[in-house]
Amino acid sequence: MAPKFQGVDFYNVDGLLSEEERAVRDTVRAWVDDNLMPVIAEHYVAGKFPKHLVPQMAELGLFGANLPEEYGCAGLNNVAYGLIMQELERGDSGVRSFASVQGALVMYPIHAFGSDEQKRHWLPKMASGEVIGCFGLTEPDYGSNPAGMITVAKETKGGWILNGAKMWITNGSTAQAAIVWAKTGAPDDVESIRGFIVPTDTQGFSAKDQKGKLSLRASDTSELVLQDVCVPKDALLPKSGGLKSPLMCLTQARYGIAWGAVGAALACYDEALSYAKTRVVFGKPIGGFQLQQARLAEMLTEITKAQLLCLQLGRLKDQGTVTPQQVSLAKRNNVSMATDIAREARRLLGANGILAEYQAMRHLANLESVYTYEGTHDIHTLILGQEITGLNAFN
Amino acid sequence: MKIAVCIKRVPDSETRVKIASDGKSLDEAGVKFILNPYDEFAVEEALRRKEQAGAGEVVIVSVGPAAAQETIRTALAMGADRGVLLQTDTIPADGLEIARALAAEVRDSGYDLILFGKMAIDDYNHQVGPMVAELLDLPCVTAIAHLEIGGGKGTAEREIEGGVEIVDFPLPAVLTAEKGLNEPRYPALKGIMAAKKKPLEVKPASLGAGGLEVLALTPPPQRKEGRVVGEGPAAVLELLRLLREEAKVL
Repeated sequence: MAPKFQGVDFYNVDGLLSEEERAVRDTVRAWVDDNLMPVIAEHYVAGKFPKHLVPQMAELGLFGANLPEEYGCAGLNNVAYGLIMQELERGDSGVRSFASVQGALVMYPIHAFGSDEQKRHWLPKMASGEVIGCFGLTEPDYGSNPAGMITVAKETKGGWILNGAKMWITNGSTAQAAIVWAKTGAPDDVESIRGFIVPTDTQGFSAKDQKGKLSLRASDTSELVLQDVCVPKDALLPKSGGLKSPLMCLTQARYGIAWGAVGAALACYDEALSYAKTRVVFGKPIGGFQLQQARLAEMLTEITKAQLLCLQLGRLKDQGTVTPQQVSLAKRNNVSMATDIAREARRLLGANGILAEYQAMRHLANLESVYTYEGTHDIHTLILGQEITGLNAFN
Repeated sequence: MKIAVCIKRVPDSETRVKIASDGKSLDEAGVKFILNPYDEFAVEEALRRKEQAGAGEVVIVSVGPAAAQETIRTALAMGADRGVLLQTDTIPADGLEIARALAAEVRDSGYDLILFGKMAIDDYNHQVGPMVAELLDLPCVTAIAHLEIGGGKGTAEREIEGGVEIVDFPLPAVLTAEKGLNEPRYPALKGIMAAKKKPLEVKPASLGAGGLEVLALTPPPQRKEGRVVGEGPAAVLELLRLLREEAKVL
């Protein structure tokens, strides 16, 4: 059996965590070692999400773990939630994405914008994994510019009729319920954007697996088509209103991604370090050569900075003072550094680095998606630019 | 079903430990501590017995430093009901002293079962469970790999050389757990949160000095580097010769 992951903690960041936070992290870490690591490579190569792990993840309490206990959730603080994301992505970004979508993009909007009945009906089923959800915001022609969406919801006597298409939807083909964002007013009326809970077995709703992915292969990514999908009045999330609502969801998910990226970086660094100490070339371990030491030193430095960044971001979130721009900075920095680390780790591993048996190239390929989704690296640059200068450079 | 599980905080088996400057203890700096893995089987078994009985209490008892509270809470997060820490900064090398402290704690408390891991992975002594049984004058079955409880008595299976030994015993009894007795559950996140609110009593341990003293700890000797004895079929003969004459294993 592979040795258990021991974590990387150069600055005693563990000392800044509470006992419960460490316990949560250790539980998820052990679960990933025992259950995800042995199967991830084969699932990745086969292009399959390891669906059999969903009940176990639910039993541990990984879905919507920072939502209240009254809905069957674990009621954790945001630092513990972040550590869950870190450990899941230490396994695979696709599996972390699954949990991110279920918790931050499906359960969160129901909790934040839903009625009491909606919360009581959906959240316990989603926490227990009985209902899987997906989040439909992005459209084929509207990725970085969601305000331009053309999916519409028309009010009728009995409810709503939805028409449109959504793309790059994680869990799309697996889900029993989709949170669909649509305009209820004129095509240019951004304020008319509302969220709907759409059961995926509703007539006119279809999901199609997106083929040919070279990244996030252990994750379900689908295209959704809504053709005259009729839903009752109570499918509307009553407190959702305007583009701000889905963006609030994205802030939640981006927060988890900032932590998750650290997990991917930890996996790559750990693998690179152990390889560097055991792979002998020119008569000594390659870790004894300056070029590899420079790689490892750089990786450790960036990981340590990102760990501290995440922790303070989490503390701010727990205090309720965090801003979306602060989340953008962490998502932007951490995913970029993790991508760099994955690439350097893959190179350090030489030819072995291209094999699925090792982790680095899988993480590298995954991180290219993570770099692009939930606000591309470039979009986060512009969010920060606007925050700094007060000037909008988006259009 | 009222069950006590006696547990120990031990260094993680994956941690590389260093010997402290006194030459006879471990340097704890940077060492991660865990619930002794054999004790995990005992905790899991206690939880299953309680679940099977439909009622009861699982109490975690430990002798150790203040930090052992975290270890106890791991067991509480798995589902145990409450904990007791007999606190001490130094753990005597003599297992009998630990056994006396634990026996005094669990005596006359109405436990049907007192469970242990078969040994602690740091000192490999296998002693404390049987000693507690002796001090309490209770039957003891060690290294159990299977357990059935019912009608005021129990049956345990022990894996012995070349077979399985099946042992009957009356309750109350002391049992020590072997690896494979069960598959311990992960402490679920809700369990971790609930553990914060469960009672954990901390009181000073009264421990004697005992009759043992550790004089020195030394790391195992470094393994000698391997040697290539030759190549091709000719190497076989040379290997056989060396195994016979040098290693003397044939």
